[in-house]
Amino acid sequence: MSEEFKIEIVNPEKSFLSKDDVTEVIVPAFEGEMGILKDHISIISFLKPGIITIFSKSGEDKFYVEDGIVEFKSNNLSVLTSSIFNLKEMEKSKLQDLIKTAEEESNKLEISDQSKYLADQKIEVLKTLN
Amino acid sequence: MASLDDLKKRITSVKSTQKITKAMKMVAAAKLKRAQESAEKGRPYSEKMNNVILNLSNGISDKDNAPKLLSGSGKEQIHLCVVMTSDRGLCGGFNANIIKKAKSHFAKLAREGKELKIVTVGSKGNDQLKRAYGDKIIENISFKNSKNANYFDADKVGKIIIEKFEKEEFDICTIFYNQFKNVITQIPQAQQIIPLNTVDDENKSDETYEFEPDEDEILNNLLPKNISTQIFKAMLENSASEQGARMSAMDNATRNAGEMVDKLTIEYNRSRQAAITKELIEIISGAESL
Repeated sequence: MSEEFKIEIVNPEKSFLSKDDVTEVIVPAFEGEMGILKDHISIISFLKPGIITIFSKSGEDKFYVEDGIVEFKSNNLSVLTSSIFNLKEMEKSKLQDLIKTAEEESNKLEISDQSKYLADQKIEVLKTLN
Repeated sequence: MASLDDLKKRITSVKSTQKITKAMKMVAAAKLKRAQESAEKGRPYSEKMNNVILNLSNGISDKDNAPKLLSGSGKEQIHLCVVMTSDRGLCGGFNANIIKKAKSHFAKLAREGKELKIVTVGSKGNDQLKRAYGDKIIENISFKNSKNANYFDADKVGKIIIEKFEKEEFDICTIFYNQFKNVITQIPQAQQIIPLNTVDDENKSDETYEFEPDEDEILNNLLPKNISTQIFKAMLENSASEQGARMSAMDNATRNAGEMVDKLTIEYNRSRQAAITKELIEIISGAESL
């Protein structure tokens, strides 16, 4: 029996990525990182800023996401996100830009605890990439 | 009858108008292709989002405590209508159709004694509505500077709407836009986004999900996103419809101009012929009398 399942990442503009030879996916779920293997129970969760790692036959892919929802159902993993970047293609300058916007947001005065947490999270993750 | 000179001038003027409409048609056709593509590409996201929300709202345990964006504020007195139109004209009945649909909805609300508030997206809708409903328009949003519909703009509109909802400025929100069917048909749509309509669950699944964290928290996080997504979807459909409507309007205009040129040319040739005949008769009768 094969140990592979399907993943589809969509953002509002287009279908970002679709693969059907995935063996494991690690997503930054809101309550901690979550690894998903084949035949995982159906689950819906949402993402915090972090790195999605996809292990497939063709290798390993890493993506940076700022938010999103994951849905896993009958061996189909869907990730809905409005901002996603492929780490391989991301340039240093883009990374700096993202850090800057996140820092600006975090330093705002009238900011809710949750958005402050999210912004700090962004900075933390982005700095590790640097 | 107009003189030969006048006719000549008119023919040239109609011809240059035809050139413009032809160029506009071609530009619209090129843009339409792009807009249509992005509308199609954007569909999976909004469909998936809808699915997830359907599953969630079916699975929600405590209906009374459901988030307000889903269940509504409990009243239906104040209606917010978001009328989405284009920023540019010369696109046939595109804007007029949306406005017509919206106005009939407004009239219905007025008959039922509900309070009405309007947000217009796109300057053409604002122009047409401000005469009759100027005092009802609370916000006018326009994206003249962004080239294509993008999610960032949709998110801005979504945030404005949610902010107003949280301040309890309205109870029910409906968006008006044109759904793109094909180049010649666009269907004006009225879609209620707050509270969310979850009646049309044909593909209801019995699958039970595990939620992490719990349903309420996910819903609270998801519903605002869904609003932006629905608005984005409307924007994409709208931009495809706008180009389609413009293309067929400009195609018609080009054809009409062509017909007019033909008619004017015949008239021009006839009067030229008449003038020549008249001169000939004068010459011949002048020669005969000698």
